[in-house]
Amino acid sequence: MMYHYNDFDEAFVRGRVAQFRGQVERRIDGSLTEDEFRPLRLMNGLYLQLHAYMLRVAIPYGTLDSRKMRQLAMIADRWDKGYGHFTTRQNIQYNWPALKDVPDILDALADVGMHAIQTSGNTIRNVTADHFAGAAADEVADPRPVAELLRQWSTDHPEFQFLPRKFKIAVTGAEADRAVIRSHDIGIQILRRDGEIGYRVIIGGGLGRTPMVGKVLTDFLPAADLLPYCEAIVSVYNVLGRRDNKYKARVKITVHENGIDAIRDQVNERFALIRPQFSGVDQRMLREIERSFALPSFRPSSRDAFEAARNSDPVFRSWADTNLAAHRRDDHAIVSISLKKHGATPGDATSAQMRLMADLAERHGYDELRISHEQNVILPHVPMGDLPAVHAALKDAGLATANIGLISDIIACPGMDYCALATARSIPIAQEIALRFDELKMEHEVGPLKIKISGCINACGHHHVGHIGILGLDRAGVENYQITLGGDGTETTVIGERAGPGFSADEIVPAIERLVKGYLELREDAGETFLQCYRRLGLGPFKATLYPEARADAA
Amino acid sequence: MSRQFTPKVVTANALIEGDAIWLTEDDRWTRDIREAELIEDEAHGQLRLLHALSQDSVAVGAYLADAKPGERGPEPVHFREAFRTRGPSNYAHGKQEVA
Repeated sequence: MMYHYNDFDEAFVRGRVAQFRGQVERRIDGSLTEDEFRPLRLMNGLYLQLHAYMLRVAIPYGTLDSRKMRQLAMIADRWDKGYGHFTTRQNIQYNWPALKDVPDILDALADVGMHAIQTSGNTIRNVTADHFAGAAADEVADPRPVAELLRQWSTDHPEFQFLPRKFKIAVTGAEADRAVIRSHDIGIQILRRDGEIGYRVIIGGGLGRTPMVGKVLTDFLPAADLLPYCEAIVSVYNVLGRRDNKYKARVKITVHENGIDAIRDQVNERFALIRPQFSGVDQRMLREIERSFALPSFRPSSRDAFEAARNSDPVFRSWADTNLAAHRRDDHAIVSISLKKHGATPGDATSAQMRLMADLAERHGYDELRISHEQNVILPHVPMGDLPAVHAALKDAGLATANIGLISDIIACPGMDYCALATARSIPIAQEIALRFDELKMEHEVGPLKIKISGCINACGHHHVGHIGILGLDRAGVENYQITLGGDGTETTVIGERAGPGFSADEIVPAIERLVKGYLELREDAGETFLQCYRRLGLGPFKATLYPEARADAA
Repeated sequence: MSRQFTPKVVTANALIEGDAIWLTEDDRWTRDIREAELIEDEAHGQLRLLHALSQDSVAVGAYLADAKPGERGPEPVHFREAFRTRGPSNYAHGKQEVA
């Protein structure tokens, strides 16, 4: 099940579309200048990029049903070029809308309870969550009710429409962090202690120009205090955050400059002041929201067909071993659908693929879909007996690549193929790396390895937390790629270390190949992952494989 | 002596479609950089940019970009400007689609 708009949500979103329609008309007839229009379009998720406008549509906590997914496909066909790009913030971006069509697109989104509000600007952005939410075997609680409560609280919040900078919140309900909560402005982890639900609240994480790992503000916040506590955090940031320097305006810098203890004192002071204003309405709303996320009535499934297919079909076996994750029930599985076919653009799905995934969700997955921050699509609840049929359908659509968590499951931002802020391209590098390792037939031997690529220092591609991170820069008018190593975006978050001088576009794929082959030589055995090996040995030996000429010079 | 002026073109994004456009010598906006006016004088460049910025209802975010003379007209210098003349590298979309 999922949250459905109530009358208030519906009226609010429709009102915003009507307002924006008027603004677009006034821009086109010349009554509004670009300077006047720009902040208005950004409030509605509309960017102007290198080749066209780009519309960023929010997918709250990455949750979709088949109706929403089909509408996203319809929009792609009718007003775009037949595809959409799923992002590291669990959103979808359309790369080619014409300005005059955007109000119609927003209306079509509102038809299925979707919008593009607060997907830009210095506001609280789309709240993200663990993409295995509600399904994972290791979950304490589904993080989405909390994410939805935060979404409702932050949407159009009058105090928080002009923050010093954008503000991102992520929520997880499991110890294993699949939502990168330590790289968010606020990261929330749901905990259970002595039978009581509470929250670990982490603040001041972030990537970008100055990457920082978030710090624990409180280790166990009583459940009823969540909203006033978050409001206290954002209030304190709203006052303390630097508005004099864009590069120092994120809360990670506020925490860094003031110190976590001083921030905690101020948050507690503010919290004490505003807590009495929260009469408990928020908790009643949360109870109501929780009902919208009730688990489906699971139908029992036999594992026989699954085991038979796994034993007889090596292609199915490889996919099952790589792309399935443990479900809370033994007779179900979580399916990760790879949008990373070798050579394809990471995160892109055609309208036909979107429709197929919607069909599969409806037929085999209780009508639930999720978007992961790793730019894949998840069927969170699939009965084991249905897996062979799901796999067969995915295979026909080019969606059955068995590479989740492997070297070709690359996160890549749009980079300079689309983005006006980019300093170099990301997509072709991701495509070439995936194709090269597919050609070498090495990726299953290499095992778990996360490559993340950003086309500029803003780090939308999360390169700092990639086991191998690649950052594309403009060096004297030529694309140049810097490598960072040893990054980790999970519950053991580490910012990767810069390996050394960058590589040209021609040199970067061979450099990655040397690095990975070097790792195969360095690892103790096949069970030692790239990250474990890096943690054991440090940068030195990896650097030596990356820069063999430097080693030769030194010899 | 002042430093040597790198030739420029005036470029922007079209208001409705959002794609790259360039200013011609006869005050049109073109989707083909080769038809653009190659500006070889700094003061003239500033005047042309002012003219472009006054066309806010057609062209968004006008700026001067480095260019060089080619056989069939101005050519981009920086790779970013070269991408703007073509489109993305992952699909044959954008200007290369029509070309």
